[in-house]
Amino acid sequence: MKKKRMNSNSILLMLTIALFVVMYVSGCIAYADKGFTKLQVFLDILKNNAGLICVVCGMTAVMITGGIDISVGALIAMECMFLAVGVEQWGLPAVALLPLMLVIGLVFGMVQGYFIGYLEIQPFIVTMAGMFFARGMTAVISTQQVSITKSELMTKLSTMKFNMPFAIGAYTNKKGKLMIPNVSIYVIIALLVLVATFLILRYTKFGRSLYAVGGNQQSAALMGLDVKKTRFKAHVMCSFLTSIGAICYVLNTMCGTTRQALGLEMDAISSAVIGGTLLTGGVGNVIGSFFGVLINGTISSLVKTNGKLSSAWPNVVTAILLCFFIVLQAIFARFRKKD
Amino acid sequence: MTFPGVKALDHVDFTLRKGEIHALMGENGAGKSTLIKCLTGVNNFEAGEIHIDGISEAVRNRNTLDAQKHGISTVYQEVNLCPNLSVAENLFIGREPMTKLHTVNRKEMVKRAQKLMNEMNLPVDVTRNLDEYSLALQQMIAIARAVDMECKVLILDEPTSSLDDSEVEKLFNLMRQLRDRGVGIIFVTHFLEQVYAVCDRITVLRNGQLVGEYPIAELPRVKLIAAMMGKDFDDLASIKPEGGLHGGTESLIDAQGLSHAGKIKPFDLTLARGEVIGLTGLLGSGRSELARAIYGADKAQTGTLRVKGKEVHIKHPIDAMNLGMGMLPDDRKAEGIIGDLSVRENIILAMQARRGMTKLIPMKEQEEIADHFIELLQIKTASRETPVKQLSGGNQQKVIIARWLATDPDFLILDEPTRGIDVGTKTEIQKLVIKLAQEGKGIVFISSEIEEMLRTCNRLAVLRDGAKVGELSGEMTQELVMKTIAEG
Repeated sequence: MKKKRMNSNSILLMLTIALFVVMYVSGCIAYADKGFTKLQVFLDILKNNAGLICVVCGMTAVMITGGIDISVGALIAMECMFLAVGVEQWGLPAVALLPLMLVIGLVFGMVQGYFIGYLEIQPFIVTMAGMFFARGMTAVISTQQVSITKSELMTKLSTMKFNMPFAIGAYTNKKGKLMIPNVSIYVIIALLVLVATFLILRYTKFGRSLYAVGGNQQSAALMGLDVKKTRFKAHVMCSFLTSIGAICYVLNTMCGTTRQALGLEMDAISSAVIGGTLLTGGVGNVIGSFFGVLINGTISSLVKTNGKLSSAWPNVVTAILLCFFIVLQAIFARFRKKD
Repeated sequence: MTFPGVKALDHVDFTLRKGEIHALMGENGAGKSTLIKCLTGVNNFEAGEIHIDGISEAVRNRNTLDAQKHGISTVYQEVNLCPNLSVAENLFIGREPMTKLHTVNRKEMVKRAQKLMNEMNLPVDVTRNLDEYSLALQQMIAIARAVDMECKVLILDEPTSSLDDSEVEKLFNLMRQLRDRGVGIIFVTHFLEQVYAVCDRITVLRNGQLVGEYPIAELPRVKLIAAMMGKDFDDLASIKPEGGLHGGTESLIDAQGLSHAGKIKPFDLTLARGEVIGLTGLLGSGRSELARAIYGADKAQTGTLRVKGKEVHIKHPIDAMNLGMGMLPDDRKAEGIIGDLSVRENIILAMQARRGMTKLIPMKEQEEIADHFIELLQIKTASRETPVKQLSGGNQQKVIIARWLATDPDFLILDEPTRGIDVGTKTEIQKLVIKLAQEGKGIVFISSEIEEMLRTCNRLAVLRDGAKVGELSGEMTQELVMKTIAEG
């Protein structure tokens, strides 16, 4: 009893982390001359994926219950467009619009959650409707690309940089200037979301109910858990975190377009799956999902650093990785059954 | 506790005393599950009252949660826990110990869970996932959860169905331990031996009515079976089997030591041409399982099977079909009939499967075959193209029989072919079975009604608790059958 044996889920998590490390280290070796070893490259991966990290946290929570949410990309697009048009054309202050984005996310999640939890409609269908609605609303607000230029607050937040403490990873560039690696505020927001989600999933009644509901809905009900409420809350949580993700996203891109975050829901799902979350529910962990995001980000970054490869390659590699992890999960599942 | 007059059950009174193990017995449809569902709040009841601890105020459970609050916990055959969570979490989910910050106190939870497991002598590491343990242990963990929730009444619904003998013994020890602590246990099972091994008292239900409540010592096995089947043992009229069927010399089937783990223990069975052999026993005694082992629906794991003198290995039903077997499953809705297809298509199905899907039977031939059997079996249908789901139950049954007859089998297994159909059609099917035997086919006949078996079969194999315990032929009477079921 003292010695904790690893179960298959933690093995999968270790594999995901190991894969990331191998991928990153080989990138460092292969592209050392192109500066891949710099800490800033890693931080930029975080920067470019800050929104996705928030989304994947919510997605993981929903997937643990056995559900799915394909509306997240569209929701981001809608909220970004709302903010951009609000600031630029309606002349509203960003300080009021930012919290309003979170409220929109909450309401959006509550409607979806009500249909899924209390009316027991398939999550796929409900969130597909949500996706069409949000994408449609984005275009209703504006069909143009709206760049955010008028808001001082937004510009400030977007360009706000935090240097690494103690100048870790600092280097001097060709002009002899000292460069200290830095992160933007939205990277910090995303990491806070990640930590909070981790704690919620692991240490709260709600978090544990998610796992129980995903493991066996009937059992969870018989053990006295409120299954409907749990699923409702999971979807509210997902849409809310997605809205935080939307803020990160818009701070990074500083614009709203109808094609914003197109296919982001699939990136989130694939990251979660690579990170060891089962589509069938009951198993998952935001740490894994986080590394799933990092793996996808590293692939993109490697292709970009290479400079010659087509930008379509990351998709192909992601597909292969997905297959690899799904097959692995299936093997583990079968192995466990035999036990 | 008393529950007088549960209406769905037609005025059944049931009393469970503190610190006893009380068996609830009855054949299928006797009302055991309904009674339990009323107790646990899954079903509502229209009349009657539930009293707990002798308190005069009646309790009404609206759902399982309610029942748990009143101290009534149920453990089902299917373990109702979450396989993906740790044992500790399964024990405490929904009522986790909390820290001051309102988060789950995992350390405390693990500590308490391990203490609980140690108290019950379960060799379990509570930090491991539930699905790393055997079904038996999972079941005991489920019981532990119920016990820790301070249940006064523990309902065990068919808990032993998927356990092996040593696991059952462990479960019984746990049950006795709990009984000594003052927990009242309701034990539902169809394994007779287990009732006598562990219970203090038996309540028998039949057709939704109370037959009686007996201390275990006053109800020997034979009387219990008589009570369940609704035959007053002493007044049983002896009926001689009708129609002298005699097995031919050619052996169609010779099974030696066939078995399928957890379903049917090794058995021998022979069947000659022109014979109708009946498989009898209480529900769940392994009647269907025996047939399925021969037919390859559950691949036999031990033993040898000879068909027409030649040793064969049947891996899938298609092998059996190619050897000239046919099987009518007991659940015709789920396994047999395809409601949206026409009578003709349903009849042709097995024949087509045997030929291979690429060699399509010409439409003309299909129509001829369908018409032939509609006529022969007097299937009442508007036309041969009518969807089968529009036919009555008895006629659907005939369509399936026709399906197998179309393949011209030497050997047919009929599992409950007369269940749920009216008396007239029943007799027709019984006659048909005898007629087929007289034409030289071998038939295995399974039915819950002993009279029917005696009327149609010339030999009976008796099963109990998943094992063949005897074989009867010649002068067979209901008393004899019941005695064999009871005593082997």
